[in-house]
Amino acid sequence: MKQFDYVRPATVAEAVAAAAQPGATYLAAGTNLLDLMKGNVSRPDRLVDVTHLDGLDGIEHLADGSLRIGALVSNADLAHDAEFAKTYPAVAEALLSGASAQLRNAATVGGNLLQRTRCAYFYDTASRCNKREPGSGCDARDGENRTHAVLGWSESCIATHPSDFCVPLLALDAIIEIEGPKGRREIALDELHRLPGNTPERESALEPGDLIVAVRLPPAARGFAAHARYLKVRERTSYAFAIVSAAAALRIENGKIAEARLALGGVAAKPWRARAAEDVLKGVAPTADAFQEAAWRALTDAKPSGDNAYKIELARRIVVRALTLAAAGTPARIPALPASPFASTSGAIHA
Amino acid sequence: MNHSISLTVNGARRDFVLDDPRVTLLDLLRERLHLTGTKKGCDRGQCGACTILVDGKRINSCLALAVSHDGADILTIEGVARGDQLHPVQAAFIAHDGFQCGFCTPGQIMSAIGMMQEAQAGNDPERIRECMSGNLCRCGAYAGIVDAVLEAQAGADETNQRRSA
Repeated sequence: MKQFDYVRPATVAEAVAAAAQPGATYLAAGTNLLDLMKGNVSRPDRLVDVTHLDGLDGIEHLADGSLRIGALVSNADLAHDAEFAKTYPAVAEALLSGASAQLRNAATVGGNLLQRTRCAYFYDTASRCNKREPGSGCDARDGENRTHAVLGWSESCIATHPSDFCVPLLALDAIIEIEGPKGRREIALDELHRLPGNTPERESALEPGDLIVAVRLPPAARGFAAHARYLKVRERTSYAFAIVSAAAALRIENGKIAEARLALGGVAAKPWRARAAEDVLKGVAPTADAFQEAAWRALTDAKPSGDNAYKIELARRIVVRALTLAAAGTPARIPALPASPFASTSGAIHA
Repeated sequence: MNHSISLTVNGARRDFVLDDPRVTLLDLLRERLHLTGTKKGCDRGQCGACTILVDGKRINSCLALAVSHDGADILTIEGVARGDQLHPVQAAFIAHDGFQCGFCTPGQIMSAIGMMQEAQAGNDPERIRECMSGNLCRCGAYAGIVDAVLEAQAGADETNQRRSA
């Protein structure tokens, strides 16, 4: 690990000023950053430790029905907050399907959003990677790429974003609150992560010094609690990143879908909102045919980036199953194997 | 630049001067305090051998910078027994052969203690397996580990019932 300076600011303003310097990076729990630093993939000159800042670790219910989650709330504390899990069940299920209990206890909400890709070529400093070293090339393109992107990728980069948490958050129109050198601003989660294009090293809309201070779920996000699921296919049942995942949330009124929300994970450099699929579900009955049509629309633009054409069909099927299980109703308790498509579930006829 | 930090380790306050901020909690415990029960397996957060409790919660000590944990209350495997009296989870691991080579065992035990405090798995073997998935055992003693945790959980439930009765 390269040497670095460690600073522990007392206020958000001090933190922003310290992190705006070239070579500086924020440190929260460090569960991803330290791993990357040990492998010399990340080589910051300065770590700005935000874990001791006050006021960033609360879960607040706002007067307008929004929920404001501080950036330093741990993944475990959020998922195990009974009120949160009841109101936003797909988000809680996604959180509990990610990483291990130890990592969820440490990892923060803000850190989860900003975790880096798990592309093996990004991690291997002996490989060419345009994200790690702009202009060097992409060894994933002709390498072991069966888990790589099928949507939104470019010749420069075919990496995927690994977060589970982001997928239902995106479906629920989460808003990111940012404190930066020019003051406070907020953006939609959909605008936080960037597609690679020719600049895969630019992964987010954040500028130097920008600090995510909170994630907000708007009032409408509460309307999907009765019909929401997150499903995730991975190569082992627990403690593995998604090959493909889907968050499905439905508002069902009088036997018809009043509103549908759908997002995919593991398919692109960002969590992927499937608006065309949502549109086709609006106002129709929750039937297998409708879900098939939605799945087809969700993957219309998908194309393999290597040995991963199977992910497109897998994504379609996981979309159908997530919608089917969401329509059947949110389980009273998060299943023993969160987000597992293989877990026994009650009442739903699987696609 | 030196950084001064204080930790409570197994009930005792310890002060440190770190001349390098790169020291992890794992290396601090092993190299500075010679508490070598906490194991370094992968050193990258994948195996769980380094699991300790920080402020009552289980984490991977290999991915935690010591300098960032100033003021933390730390419990390691060396701090769970009371004198010669083993912690119930330790005793259950012995009773159920919850190990073979033993390298992952301190992490397994600390993780199980943390898991029982989290109270998410109860006595459901499937939930216990899921909640313990952050601890790998290359000998494959998982069946014994789950049995040990089930017994420890049953004992804790009984104690709680007696207390509330």
